Amino acid sequence: MKLPIYLDYQATTPVDARVLEAMLPYFSEQFGNAASRSHAFGWKAEESVEHAREQIAAAIGASSKEIIFTSGSTEAINLALKGVAEMYASKGKHLVTSLAEHKAVLDTCKHLEKLGCEVTYLKPDKTARIAPEQVRAAIRPDTVLVALMWANNEVGTLNPIREIGAVCRELGTLFFTDATQAVGKVPVDVEADHVDLLCLSAHKIYGPKGVGALYVRRKNPRVRLAAQMDGGGHERGMRSGTLNVPGIVGLGKACELARTELVAESARCRELRDHLQQRIERELGFVELNGHPSERLPGNLNLSFHFVEGESLIMGISDVAVSSGSACTSASLEPSHVLRAMDVGEDLAHSSIRFGIGRFTTREEVDYAADALVKAVRRLREMSPLYELAQEGVDLKNIQWQGGH
Amino acid sequence: MAYSDKVLDHYNHPRNVGALDKARADVGTGVVGAPECGDVMKLQIQVEGDRIVDAKFKTFGCGSAIASSSLATEWLKGKTLEQAEGIRNTEIVAELSLPPVKIHCSVLAEDAIKAAIADFKRKQGEDRATAHPAEAQRTWEQNT
Repeated sequence: MKLPIYLDYQATTPVDARVLEAMLPYFSEQFGNAASRSHAFGWKAEESVEHAREQIAAAIGASSKEIIFTSGSTEAINLALKGVAEMYASKGKHLVTSLAEHKAVLDTCKHLEKLGCEVTYLKPDKTARIAPEQVRAAIRPDTVLVALMWANNEVGTLNPIREIGAVCRELGTLFFTDATQAVGKVPVDVEADHVDLLCLSAHKIYGPKGVGALYVRRKNPRVRLAAQMDGGGHERGMRSGTLNVPGIVGLGKACELARTELVAESARCRELRDHLQQRIERELGFVELNGHPSERLPGNLNLSFHFVEGESLIMGISDVAVSSGSACTSASLEPSHVLRAMDVGEDLAHSSIRFGIGRFTTREEVDYAADALVKAVRRLREMSPLYELAQEGVDLKNIQWQGGH
Repeated sequence: MAYSDKVLDHYNHPRNVGALDKARADVGTGVVGAPECGDVMKLQIQVEGDRIVDAKFKTFGCGSAIASSSLATEWLKGKTLEQAEGIRNTEIVAELSLPPVKIHCSVLAEDAIKAAIADFKRKQGEDRATAHPAEAQRTWEQNT
């Protein structure tokens, strides 16, 4: 077993060897510009890009003409939200999203608010889920877009996308979903799920960084977007810029693998995740699961450990790569906005750890991580004044803390 | 974030973790911070005459907070109360090479030192004034 162990698959994933192999010829041999119409170099590049478009469309139940290439999910989100808001401004200026969305959505919404849009931020329940009825209640005649993520990147909770999509369809509002964490992990079908716009990213599914796609529905209804990147009119005018051919080929191959291996891989990740969770809960007390107990990504486990701060815990398991919702691991010194939106107490938000299990995780690695974690939590609790108070039977909620900041 | 070797050393081998009997008249206890803020430090000193003869800590917080309080206990032992009151957070920052985002950890350690000394002095005053030392030793207040 090689150290350190990578258990942060929701942050990014390594490029699958099969993906890398598919990409390599496009750096030096097949280097043509997909927009070059006058020679074989360009034709070959275009053919490969169109093949990738088919592979991506197949993974989400779309048609290849509905795929727009971008630099990743953040750009796709910006294009979807700003593009819809601008194009449909005459219909209205209201958008609906949730407090548990990724910053790419939240900050884009803030930008749109500055430009005169109105945004309703739905509050998720304690498991980070948004109910279809909340969406129904928030939609108004002037609502142009509902933007809700498929799977939460921090706590792994899955939104009831099909039901939310049905509500949006019924009320005639466009529906965008950030499926960055969902594609390749849970079945995605833009037709059955009533999705009008969807983004995905290669590096979350064993493809390269710096490439992603936006699905834009072409019929029933036909979605129109105002371009946010002007130039040569690539991608049906929606996103100008020379196509990243090697990256796109990699994204295509990654999507093909995600589609064909989804069932087996999800089952394997779920089993490893459950094993990790069971071991930790069996060997340690005072552990809380963040997120939904069953409606969650198969490879995600987000736990809070009472009386222990997340960053110090991460230091204690230094050869296991995980991430924390603790403020101390972010530049902002603010704890996770997702855990806050779920009303997980601030103290528990500081104590949260996200374990991400993926394609290359082994049972041996999971057991190593569980051993290291249990040992570190026990050690840190022994030096925690909060644990001491709890052992004495003091309810921490009844203490008035001094010198907090 | 990369930690300095000294932070790592204190985190991996914390000095003086533990508790002194907070009911004792010669022990001062300081508890600062709040769980909501991600750090709580409990620092205790035992005093003979005007000299600190023992110091213990327990900390809920990041590695830098643990290191700051561990270092504080190391520095406190053997110092007079007056010398201890003179310890500044900037000295902790320098010793541990704390980055700017971790300066608050050193501030908390300085606060904990001051709170422990204040608690000890308050107890000494109370001892002279009244005859019930055991209760009300906590520097935090419990709402019932």
